[in-house]
Amino acid sequence: MENTNERPKREVVVPGDLLDDKGLRPGSGTYVLDDKVYSSLLGVKSIRSNYVNVIPLSGRYLPQTADTVVGTIIDIGPSNWLVDINAPYPAPLHVNEVPWRVEFGDTARFLMVGDVIMAKILMMDETNKIQVTMNESGMRKLQGGHVIKISYSKVPRVIGKGGSMIQMIKSITDCRVFVGQNGVIWIEGELDNVLVAAKAIKMIDEEAQSSNLTEKVKEYMESAMPAEERADSQE
Amino acid sequence: MDSDIVMVDDNGKRLDGRKADELRPMKIEAGVLPNADGSAYLEIGKNKVLAAVYGPRECHPRHLQNPAKAIVQCKYNMQSYSVGDRKRPGPDRRSQEISKITAEALEAVIQVELFPRASIDVYIEILQANAGTRCAGLTAASVAVADAGIPMRDMVPSVAVGKANGHLLLDLNKEEDNYGEADLPLAIIPKTNEVVLLQMDGHLTREEFDTAMKMGVTACHEIYEMQKDALRRRYSVAADEEQEVEE
Repeated sequence: MENTNERPKREVVVPGDLLDDKGLRPGSGTYVLDDKVYSSLLGVKSIRSNYVNVIPLSGRYLPQTADTVVGTIIDIGPSNWLVDINAPYPAPLHVNEVPWRVEFGDTARFLMVGDVIMAKILMMDETNKIQVTMNESGMRKLQGGHVIKISYSKVPRVIGKGGSMIQMIKSITDCRVFVGQNGVIWIEGELDNVLVAAKAIKMIDEEAQSSNLTEKVKEYMESAMPAEERADSQE
Repeated sequence: MDSDIVMVDDNGKRLDGRKADELRPMKIEAGVLPNADGSAYLEIGKNKVLAAVYGPRECHPRHLQNPAKAIVQCKYNMQSYSVGDRKRPGPDRRSQEISKITAEALEAVIQVELFPRASIDVYIEILQANAGTRCAGLTAASVAVADAGIPMRDMVPSVAVGKANGHLLLDLNKEEDNYGEADLPLAIIPKTNEVVLLQMDGHLTREEFDTAMKMGVTACHEIYEMQKDALRRRYSVAADEEQEVEE
């Protein structure tokens, strides 16, 4: 499960670094000047099927259509809610995009300021106007629970290969966890367990680059969990 | 403004022992403030500068928003304890000017067209000043913007060249600046050698100006390497494989 094989060297690039001048296509996080591809981000260089990309190491979440995100309601209008999804722009959620029938002006009965929801990015147009929807399977209001935020670029690490990391956190801490693509994570369970899960996720956020991360996180969680709970925890 | 201080001795050494085209010792560190989206701390000689970057984020007040691109807002501030005599705190003519030129220099490299209606906020705090703080501030701010993960075409290194006792000197310190004849801060985009900041205080002849520009550009490339090194050091443990997403 560890990733020692394939692509051993991960090159950290900074804005302005030359990525390629031999005909590779410019991917995300890059720009072209005089037929050469340069990095526009602080990140890690990656080449995939003729495209050079830079995977960012930091930065704001920029929504992509169909991303699943966790957001907090920050404002209520007569026919919409405003959701904070940690993006540079506010994300309106229209009453037509929720699974309930809402009368005009009755929005506050369904979602209040501070409520946490799971939503999908309906679209983001070229002027960066965002719209989110809850009219999709699995999208709903998240009752109770705790929210933590990490850098969105670390989300793939928190989930792990094929969901291995997140499955491990769920089974060891016995919490329900939802990870939004925007780096907002919702955790529900017994308070002590939630704290363990939250700390494990923070650990992944901070040490995303280190090798043997899965082992370290597992070790931490097992040492932090009370003994009886440990009996039924395995991959 | 003649004085009897000897700025450059017979061996070509300056007051602090540097050669005419030598920078003060410089140190840059990226990512020093966890609460900011990006940050950098820079020391050059006795200057100490902290830069923090927030955004891109929604621009308030709304009338400042530009529907075509992000705006870059900068606030340059000198701490009251940053100079010998206490500086009266708060914005003044000088700091407003520096804020404006710094924002414009950064806007030249940031890919602002990717974030319409947003604002990128840069805060520069001068903790200790010893001449050349606008250049130090811009150099640090540029590292902080990159650290914030904001797409940009290149970094912006900046340095000042000046003239004291008839000698052209790189990166003036306080004494050279105060008793010198001219000061020429500049900033460039190293990849293309475009000039994004250029000011002049005092008098230089045409020939002196050309030489000063050359010295400044060479030094900027030197600083550029240090900026890149600071960013790389932050993630020295090479990141490994990105993985499939979903949940």
